[in-house]
Parts: sequence; structure tokens; C-alpha cells
Amino acid sequence: MTSKNQILLFSIVLILTSILLMTYKVKVLNFPLFQEETTNIWNVEAKISFDSKKNQSALISMALPTNQNGLIIINEESSSADYGFTKRELEGVNRGVWSKREIEGNQVIYYSIDLIKDKYYKASKEEEYTNLEPIEVPSVIVQAAESLLHKIYDKSSDSLTFTSLLIKEFTLSEPSQAAKMIKNNYMNSKKEKRDTLVQLLNKMKYQVRTIGALSLEDKQRNIELTPMFEVFHKDSWYLFDIDKGLIENNSNIFIWQRGSQYLLEAEGVKNSDVKFSVTKNIVPARNAALSKDLKNQSTILDFSLFTLPNESQNTFKLLLLVPLGALVVVIMRVIIGLKTSGTFMPILLSMAFIETSLLPGIMMFILVVTMGLIVRSYLSHLNLLLVARISSVLIVVVGIMAFVAILSQKLELQYATSITFFPIIILAWTIERMSIIWEEDGPREVFLQGGGSLIVAIIAYFAMTNPILSFITFNFPEVLLAVLGLIILLGRYSGYRLSELYRFKSMVK
Amino acid sequence: MLANPFKLKKLGILGMNNRNINYIGKHNDRKNFPLVDNKLKTKKLAQEHNISVPELLGYIQYQVEINHFEDYIKNQDGFVIKPAQGSGGKGILVIVKRVNDKFIKPSGEELNYTDIKRHISNILSGLYSLGGRNDVAVFEKLVDFDNAFDGFSYEGVPDVRVIVYQGFPTLSMMRLSTSNSDGKANLHQGAVGVGIDIKTGKALNAVQFGKPITTHPDTNRNLKELVVPYWDEILHLSARCYEMTNMGYLGADIVIDKIRGPLVLELNARPGLAIQIANDIGALKKFNLIDELKDKNKSLEEKVAFAKEHF
Repeated sequence: MTSKNQILLFSIVLILTSILLMTYKVKVLNFPLFQEETTNIWNVEAKISFDSKKNQSALISMALPTNQNGLIIINEESSSADYGFTKRELEGVNRGVWSKREIEGNQVIYYSIDLIKDKYYKASKEEEYTNLEPIEVPSVIVQAAESLLHKIYDKSSDSLTFTSLLIKEFTLSEPSQAAKMIKNNYMNSKKEKRDTLVQLLNKMKYQVRTIGALSLEDKQRNIELTPMFEVFHKDSWYLFDIDKGLIENNSNIFIWQRGSQYLLEAEGVKNSDVKFSVTKNIVPARNAALSKDLKNQSTILDFSLFTLPNESQNTFKLLLLVPLGALVVVIMRVIIGLKTSGTFMPILLSMAFIETSLLPGIMMFILVVTMGLIVRSYLSHLNLLLVARISSVLIVVVGIMAFVAILSQKLELQYATSITFFPIIILAWTIERMSIIWEEDGPREVFLQGGGSLIVAIIAYFAMTNPILSFITFNFPEVLLAVLGLIILLGRYSGYRLSELYRFKSMVK
Repeated sequence: MLANPFKLKKLGILGMNNRNINYIGKHNDRKNFPLVDNKLKTKKLAQEHNISVPELLGYIQYQVEINHFEDYIKNQDGFVIKPAQGSGGKGILVIVKRVNDKFIKPSGEELNYTDIKRHISNILSGLYSLGGRNDVAVFEKLVDFDNAFDGFSYEGVPDVRVIVYQGFPTLSMMRLSTSNSDGKANLHQGAVGVGIDIKTGKALNAVQFGKPITTHPDTNRNLKELVVPYWDEILHLSARCYEMTNMGYLGADIVIDKIRGPLVLELNARPGLAIQIANDIGALKKFNLIDELKDKNKSLEEKVAFAKEHF
């Protein structure tokens, strides 16, 4: 392979790798591409309250939710300081168990979880289903039910359509005689209605399981789990609302409890009850993605900059911008053909501008360099050795900067005080080089190169301070691979520079 | 406002990126760069190869030796001090004569001992060298340039730049200093570039600051009348520089001494592109002609002959 093709391949691989990594982070880990993106974290809190019984120790257990398709639990917390808390699995269901030897009066235990939505998340399958124990019913009702089921069976094609039709039958304003009879006797509460529906479906040998769910709507207080049920059809479970029928989009429904186990079991207490509240918190999407991944333990994130302490993160925020500045320098030199003094002085300058902000930075640069040039021209009369002269310029630069800072303080131009962050050595060396160019090539060249450096520095400044770009470089450091690939590609660009189109203009007739 | 890049390509004009990648990068071995970048090394190498160069008077390497600089110029009226690793004509000090304790520059400006010493000190500190490395100050006998250039140059030594590609002299121009260029022969400082026909050594076209001109701005001499003497010798001399350095893309700067004839002043591994404007010819056409040659193993004579026939 020729070196040209190798380079092409290499840079394409670099760019593609970077794009793939980014896509993975955006699509799978839900990293936001833009800073403004926020995500909702849903906080669901269960409030268990009960009264004490005399001389009895309390043992409370509650069914706890697990991850489900599209919803990830990122945080679970039990705030009940003086209760012993353990988790245990009972017949395939996670339960939280609170215990205490002596209690007095009314007690409240909170259990809260934080949830985020992730449409790509798939929970592991659960196979168990509910077969409610048949209840004793008068034969009239059994007959009515059977005729009802028979009628619906004829109109349906599978478990899903059957269930839908069944639910519809009970919501009609003018239900059939049979439905009316069942409804009046066995559907006095939502839970009863759900259980009756499940009984009827069990009768048809359909696989059904009961659900206690919460709808994710903000600011819900003291609500109970909504009874729902799921029907099995071709490898998956479908969620049904007992009034509205099949729920197509269940991303807003959080299933707290599945199966026939009691939600709350309490021993040694009385009047136990559980109520839920749902609140929505808006957080930056990146935080959500990060906290989500603490659970997922993705190796990509494990190796990311977020694992660094905050202070180093901030350093890297700045450092990661340098390649962007380098890209600007490469483009300006290779494609545009702008003259700069030194290859990377523009980047250093723009980093200084980031510290001081642009306009004051440019003004300081011009001021300090001009004053420095004057001092330098005087120093050259003193006939000093080069090292001594540059060091003198350095000290003078520090002096000028201190003077400017004090002056701006007096004039209440606060921003100018940040001038002290200016890389002093860079300025001193710039002054030295500029003064040599002045002597050797004349002032024209000084303005040409100084101006070129300034223009490149300003463009690099805009590239480096662009909030979108800096957000992307920090959150997707793999973008640097693409920058590298681009720079390598540009390194093989052998076409004309823009400046050459002007330079050789006279040769085209 | 801007030229059409496709037209430039059609004219075979070599651009900076193309030069860096496909000519300097491909044909100039990095390890040979010091032979060219260090003027002291070039001079010693040239002497080994019997290539005529301006006479070396001596060199100073350490600051403590600066006070002895007079030892080197004792018997010289005019001399040149240059940094061994300078580039683009930076740091070259030309003294044309001495009056009492004063040293006179071509412009007539007078310098005294301390000025000279400071200049040497600056050279040693690496002020003019690439990357600021410590450098050596080289003392050279002043070239007494040939009368053929009377009226063509102003206050400075005119030189001939020949671009040698793979040993073939391909493009040539004369660089004439002007009052604008302060006696220096660098085009970007305002020197006049006159394209020279490889076949005949006669002037083709002239430019200053990238724009065509017909007469020298200071002396008003018609630049078309310029004919370079010793032309065959110059072609041979430049072609031999390729054999000496093995640099496939090379700029040889040659001056013509009244008595000694053509002398190689310095070599350049990164010769600029303005020579194309001075010649009004794109370099690529000539380079491609050489690249298309089936048998490049020609003798020096054959290469010069080929160049004279085709360029």
C-alpha cells in the first residue's frame, strides 16, 4: 500500500472509531450531544405507616420494584433510621424487610427510588404468572360469566383481543345482562375489578399476572398503586388498564409490584398502610447518564475523564481544547496560508485569551508587545548578551503587566487584572522575535506575522470557547481521534493554499 | 481577485504544500539537512569536492573568543559575518570597507567594534538559528562581484539561485538587491527577482514584491538586458551540489567573483516558490519532464545537456 493510501485509511479508521464511540455513548449510554439537554429523574417514594401494638416487635415487609424495560432504577434508599432494614428474595420477588423490637405510637417508614427512562434498556424476562384462587360464586353468576366469555371468545382471535373485548364489555354504558350482574357484585373497587377480570381470564386458561403500578406524573401525593394486569401473548407480556384496555406505550407506567404476593405484610403492628408519591426532578442529562452507568458499570465510562477528581477534570476541560486550536492552526496554515510567528504561539495566545476574555486580551497583547518592543529597542543599545536581554525583557513584561493590572484596578476595569495569567515567557519571547523581525525584515513583516498570529489566535479562541465544541470535547474525548485523523489528512494536503491563489495570480493570463 | 486553482495546476505551478510533501519530504533525506543548513559544514564539504566557495576566514564558536574576531579580518577590507545555521538571510552582516575604526555597511551605515561584537554574540546565542540553538559565527571574505551586474544591483551582492531537481538544473533566477531590500537579496524583503533562461543565461522576466517590472527600481536599468556570465559553469556548479549533498530538491545560491568566477555561496533545502513568478513558468512542468525520464542515471554532463535542451 502506498503511504498516501495508508494515511487515508489510517485517518478514516480514526474518524470512524471516534464516530462509533460517540454514537455508542449517545445511543446506548444516553450521553447528551448538547449541553442544554436535560433528563427527568423520577423520584418515587413509598410511605409506610402503621400503629404500634403493645409489647410486640414489628416486622414489616414490602415488595420492591426491579428494573423494567425502558426504566432503570438508579438509586434506592430506605430512610427509617431506627429500623433494621434488609432485603430478601421471596418466591422470586424482592422484598424489603424492616424490623424493630420496641415501637411506640404511630410510625412512618419511607422507601424511595430514583428512576430514569431509557428506551433502549431491556430488563431480564420474568416468566411467572398469577393464578388467583377461584372464589366461591353462586351458580347464576358462573352461568352468566360463562355465556359472557363464550360470546366474547367467538368475537376474538387471541388472548389480547379477548382481553380488550372483555374490558370493553365492562365499560359500556349499556352492558349486557351478564356483565351487569358481575359488575354490580364483584367490581366494587378497582382492585376487585382487576381480580375479577383476572379470574375470568384464568377461566379461559390465558396466562395473566397482576400488577400494581404508578403512572409517572409529577406531583402525585398519597396515591395507591393502580391495579393493572398483564396478559401473555407470543413470548411477551402486554399491560392492560382495567378501564382503558391495552396500554400501547407504557413508558409512563412504573410497575412497582408484580404477582400475587401482598404488597405489604406487617406483623406486630396495626393499621398498616402504604401510600406513594411521585416527583419529577430535572437534571442535566449527563449526570443522569453517569449515575445510570454507575449501575451498568460500562467499561467505557469506567475509563472516562469523569472518574478524575473535579480539579483535574477542570484542567482537562482546558487541555482537551488545545487539539481544537491545533486544528485551527493547521487549517489556517495549510489551507489558508496565513503567516504566523511560530507554529504554536497562536494556540498559547488563545489560551491566554481564554483566561482574560477576548477583547481585553487582544488589547493587552498589543499594549504589552508594543511597550515591550520599545523597551527591547532600548535594551539593544546596552549591548547585552541574548539570554540576559531576554531575561530583562521578561522582567519588564512582568512589570508592564503589574502596572496594567494596577491601573485597570484604579479605573475599575476588573477584567484586566486577569492579565497576570498571561504566559509571560511567551510574551517575552514574542517581543524578542518581533524585534528581530523588525530589524531584519522591517516593520511590514512584524505586522504581517504579528497580525497573522493574532488572527489565528482569535479564530482558535472562538473554536476553543465555543460551548458546543468544548462540551463535546470534554464529554466525548474520543472526538480527539477524529481531530487527529483530520490533522493527519490535512498533513497530506498537497493542493494550493488560498494565499497562493492570490500570490500566483499574475501568472494566470 | 483570486486565481482559479485549476488554472494554476494546468500551468504546473508548484504550491507550498505540494513542495513540502512531494519534493522536500520525498527527495531530501532528513539526515542530509545539516549539510545544507549548516553553512560551515557546507563550506567544508564543498572544499572536499573541489567546488569553489567564498574564502573562509575563520569562525567563532564561544563567547570568550569574540574579542579575537579581529584576527580573522586583519588583512581584509571587506568581509561577511554570518550564522552557520541561519536561514532566509537572517543575521548576515556585510562590511564593504573599513575607515579608521569604523566598519562600513553597503548602505553606508557605520558600525564600531562593539556593534560587531554584539552581532557575533547574538549569533552565538542562537538568535538567528533555527529553533534558537547555539550557533557559530562564520567569517567569509567579501565577494568582489563581477562588473557584468553594474547597474543591476543596488548596495548588495547579486546572486543566482538555481533550483536543482535530482541533479538537473531546472529553474534559475537572479536576485538583485534594492534600496527597499537594504542590500539583501531576499525577494520577500523587496529584492528584484529576474528569471534566467536555463538554455542561454539571459533574462526572461522580472518581478518585485510578486509584481512584474521591467527596470530596476533604483538604477532604472532595463532588466531584460541582463545576461549572466559563466553560464555553463554555473549550471555545472549547481548540478555538482546535488552530487555533493544528495538532496533531490535543492536551491543553490551562486555569486560571481570578479577574479574567481562563480562561487557557491550557500545551499538551501527549502527553496522558495517565487522563482516561478520571476520566470513566469510553473516548476511542475519541468519536474514532471524529469520524473518521466526512464533512465535518470545520467552523468553530470548529460544532465546539464538535458536541462539546456529541454528547459
